[in-house]
Amino acid sequence: MSDFSTWDIIRNLLLAARWTVVLSLVSFIGGGVLGVILLFLRIGKFAGACAFARYYVELFQGTPLLMQLFLAFFGLGLFGIDVPAWLAAGLALIFWSAAFLMEIWRGCVDAIAKGQWEASASLGMGYFQQIRYIILPQAIRIAVPPTVGFSVQVVKGTALTSIIGFVELSKAGTIVTNATFQPFTVYGFVALIYFALCWPLSKSAQVLERKLNVAHRNH
Amino acid sequence: MAYHFDFSWIPDYSGVIIKGLAITVELTIVGGLVGVTLGTFCAWARALGPNWLKPIVGAYVELIRNTPFMIQLFFIFFGLPSIGVHMNELVAANIAMVINLGAYSAEIIRAGIQATPRGQFEAGASLAMSPIQTFRHVILVPSLQRIWPALSSQVIIVMLGSAVVSQIAAEDLTFASNFIQSRTFRAFEAYFLTAVIYLALAILLRAAMRGIGTIIFPRRRRA
Repeated sequence: MSDFSTWDIIRNLLLAARWTVVLSLVSFIGGGVLGVILLFLRIGKFAGACAFARYYVELFQGTPLLMQLFLAFFGLGLFGIDVPAWLAAGLALIFWSAAFLMEIWRGCVDAIAKGQWEASASLGMGYFQQIRYIILPQAIRIAVPPTVGFSVQVVKGTALTSIIGFVELSKAGTIVTNATFQPFTVYGFVALIYFALCWPLSKSAQVLERKLNVAHRNH
Repeated sequence: MAYHFDFSWIPDYSGVIIKGLAITVELTIVGGLVGVTLGTFCAWARALGPNWLKPIVGAYVELIRNTPFMIQLFFIFFGLPSIGVHMNELVAANIAMVINLGAYSAEIIRAGIQATPRGQFEAGASLAMSPIQTFRHVILVPSLQRIWPALSSQVIIVMLGSAVVSQIAAEDLTFASNFIQSRTFRAFEAYFLTAVIYLALAILLRAAMRGIGTIIFPRRRRA
């Protein structure tokens, strides 16, 4: 058995952390795009589309992310597709983040006073003009801090993908533990790396919230 | 799709599922009760506590909120034994749930406490109440009422997060589904059924939290 120095442990974990970052970015951006689509279904005028978006959120917020990962992993296999772990992980995380992001953004759109809709309608604006020129510019301002805050949940969510065999920071932690028999040190470092990724995001969400001070602007 | 769904295994494994469900419910109840109690204490410490305590509680809250639950669980279950702290998987799962919910609920409850109008503290003080008495009798319940919906969501999130404890072989609902799929090779069906049960649990838990809310906040003015 070869000996592992502390540096060996950290280096291997940091190499794996790149995959955590990549997967987080893919999930967050993909989830954001899907979330916007769902948001427009949800706040749109078609009752069917609205109900679909509502049930979508209910479904993805009401089941564990781990189950969604398992179902993506084994469910896609039913179609005869050979599912690599990264594909199942990416898809499940995108669907999952879309549900949360859509719900966050819907809250931001709802926070815009009803008078804004009425005022813009009375100026003869159509639905898309209202959204484009009146609602979104205000809603985006409110949406930035909680969206940044949610990115922390995405980074932490990627840890679960290790269970279906995607090798990222958590999986690397397990592998390195099995090689070194030093779970305390290894999982300690894994936690610290996650903290180093997430804490700046949490902090910037707080700072943005204070800076934009949007919580009390509309009152 | 030439796949035939087969749920015929359900009667044979209903005992396994119910046992797993019981563990998940137990984890949620213990985690919820002890976690929110811990969270209340931490919220008090961070908002109104002595100055020496604030940074300690702050570090705990930030550390837990910025690391994945699974890593916390692994650290407790795999990491701690190497410095001589041993426990079985169920105890580790319970501790991890409590520590996790404690940190999250601390931030939520703190928001409720800090939204209390200053006059409430002054009114308590003017009635010769000590700061602790003021907190206990004047501040706490309206603060909890204010943030009850957010707290309910967090309890549900932690309940769903408990699926991860199957990874340290705590025999919860997810563990049951892993067990079933390894016996029947019906992976999709097993996880599908489990996902449905979790969804039902989440809906029930939300209703339960609303019920608890109406019991502990009777006839109070809506915030």
